[in-house]
Amino acid sequence: MHQEIYVLVEHLRGQVAEISYVMLAAAQELARGTGGPVVALLLGHDAQALAQDLAADRVLYVDHPALAEFTPDAYQRVLADLMERKPPRALLLGETSVGADVAGRLSAQLGLPLVGYCRTLRADDGTLTFVSQICGGRLMAEGELPAPTALVTMIPGGFKPEQGRSPHPPEVIPEPAPSLEGLRITLKQYIEPEEEDVDIAKAPILVAVGRGIQNQDNLPLAEALAEALGGVVCASRPVVDQGWLPTTRLVGKSGKRVRPKVYLALGISGAPEHVQGITDSEVIIAVNTDPAAPIFDVAQYGAAVDLFDLVPVLTEKVRQARSAPALAAA
Amino acid sequence: MKIVVPVKLVPDLVEELLIDESGTALDTTWLSLILSEFDDHAIEQAILLKERDGAQVTVVVPDVEGADDVLFTAAAKGADRLIRLVGPFEPTVNNHALARAFAPVVRELQPDLVLTGVQAHSDLDGPVGPQLAGLLGLPYVGYVAGVRVQGDRCLVRKEHPGALLAEMEVALPAVLGIQAAEEPPRYVAFSKIRQAMKTAAIEEWPVDELDPSGGPAVRRLFQPEVGERATMLEGDVDEIATRLVGILEELGVLA
Repeated sequence: MHQEIYVLVEHLRGQVAEISYVMLAAAQELARGTGGPVVALLLGHDAQALAQDLAADRVLYVDHPALAEFTPDAYQRVLADLMERKPPRALLLGETSVGADVAGRLSAQLGLPLVGYCRTLRADDGTLTFVSQICGGRLMAEGELPAPTALVTMIPGGFKPEQGRSPHPPEVIPEPAPSLEGLRITLKQYIEPEEEDVDIAKAPILVAVGRGIQNQDNLPLAEALAEALGGVVCASRPVVDQGWLPTTRLVGKSGKRVRPKVYLALGISGAPEHVQGITDSEVIIAVNTDPAAPIFDVAQYGAAVDLFDLVPVLTEKVRQARSAPALAAA
Repeated sequence: MKIVVPVKLVPDLVEELLIDESGTALDTTWLSLILSEFDDHAIEQAILLKERDGAQVTVVVPDVEGADDVLFTAAAKGADRLIRLVGPFEPTVNNHALARAFAPVVRELQPDLVLTGVQAHSDLDGPVGPQLAGLLGLPYVGYVAGVRVQGDRCLVRKEHPGALLAEMEVALPAVLGIQAAEEPPRYVAFSKIRQAMKTAAIEEWPVDELDPSGGPAVRRLFQPEVGERATMLEGDVDEIATRLVGILEELGVLA
């Protein structure tokens, strides 16, 4: 049986993505079971410096101009070549715009089993176990990690990224790249996020709206509450997809990670893609008519009521509370 | 231009999800299925491309409960061909089996573009799109929110975290995983769907065998432990609002 645990290091524009460290922490747990090393796979061009804080036993570094920035075709070719020449026990990739682009293709092309939405990996008595979070966070699926080689795409939440960082730079071993001629996907340019009116990543108070807001005409309700609180309105994916708020207000996997003092989630179910962006909030308060909504698993306070009933009353009470001390002082 | 949109149906999360007696799978007795949200975006993107550049759009769906509704709704939106895969499909069929069932249809139709939803919430074995691309030897880009076709290539806008977009050029034919259509999926009146039921024909495509290998076996399916659930505020709306103001005051955000 293969022993190595591979981790694909994700990086964009010279920044290693946090999920890479989460996966390195997960790989350490698996390696405890296999007795094998944790091997980070770094694909890039003049990117060796990105390896320095990776908590891995060694780094296989593939350098090629076509790997300077992520493109699915080039990454997939390099990984397919590596997996065939040096198959590991598992290759961990992010359930992200990088990892998920290549994992499924590798699975089909190489005939390797794939476990998606994986949150936790465990090594108990030589058995490697995965736990995946599916159905919008409503269900967990547990099983044995397929052998002899498995592909795994991981979501954050099960491991602390700090465990994937190390003050001691790992050994970096150059690996040859396969032919990267005739690539069918090329990066033309990055397009920066549009100029922002407010930066939700820095806002101390956020009023977030989800599908439960129902339509654009109801947004002023949330805006009034945000204004009363001195906060800003942000949103989950469905609201931005409808064009009701700009993408600069999007919180979650494809939007921003926020870290406010208070995150007030209105009509948000708490799908994992959204929750990924809010876990650094100091306090999460959720309002949703469905008492079983996963958002209540991450919130500290919850109310299973209709936001349309609660928000106007809450807004008024907040206004009163904020003006009361001023009146008292006068 | 030919576009194929293979779609899947997923458990409706508005309904309660029950686990069967084996403890390893969903109880499908009362399970209601709906079109995966991202697949709805894939259909919309295909119709938008058809309206802009001209295209023949084919929607393919496995034969599970609700399949015909999905196809007729797609026809009402503008899809040209409707194909239902007929075979031993369970509502919980995995994506490795689905991708293998879609592959021969796509090979036969020889489209320029295959549009899939970037993910579905039930993708325990990864999304369909990349697997289909792997089986067909086609390039794949996911997290796409914006497609422009230019001759034998297309320019896509791929979403990375932090609202960063990567513009990529992809040689056709290709498979794309749609995160969001350029416009929100359109609403179609039921009268238009009913009209499609009368006029649109569904073609059947036989699938003899399903091969789910490559998907992991589930030993235990369970609801997440609820140890650290939120403190739920009870009472009427006025009482809840008062409690919330108290909490916000304690947090020092009302000063």
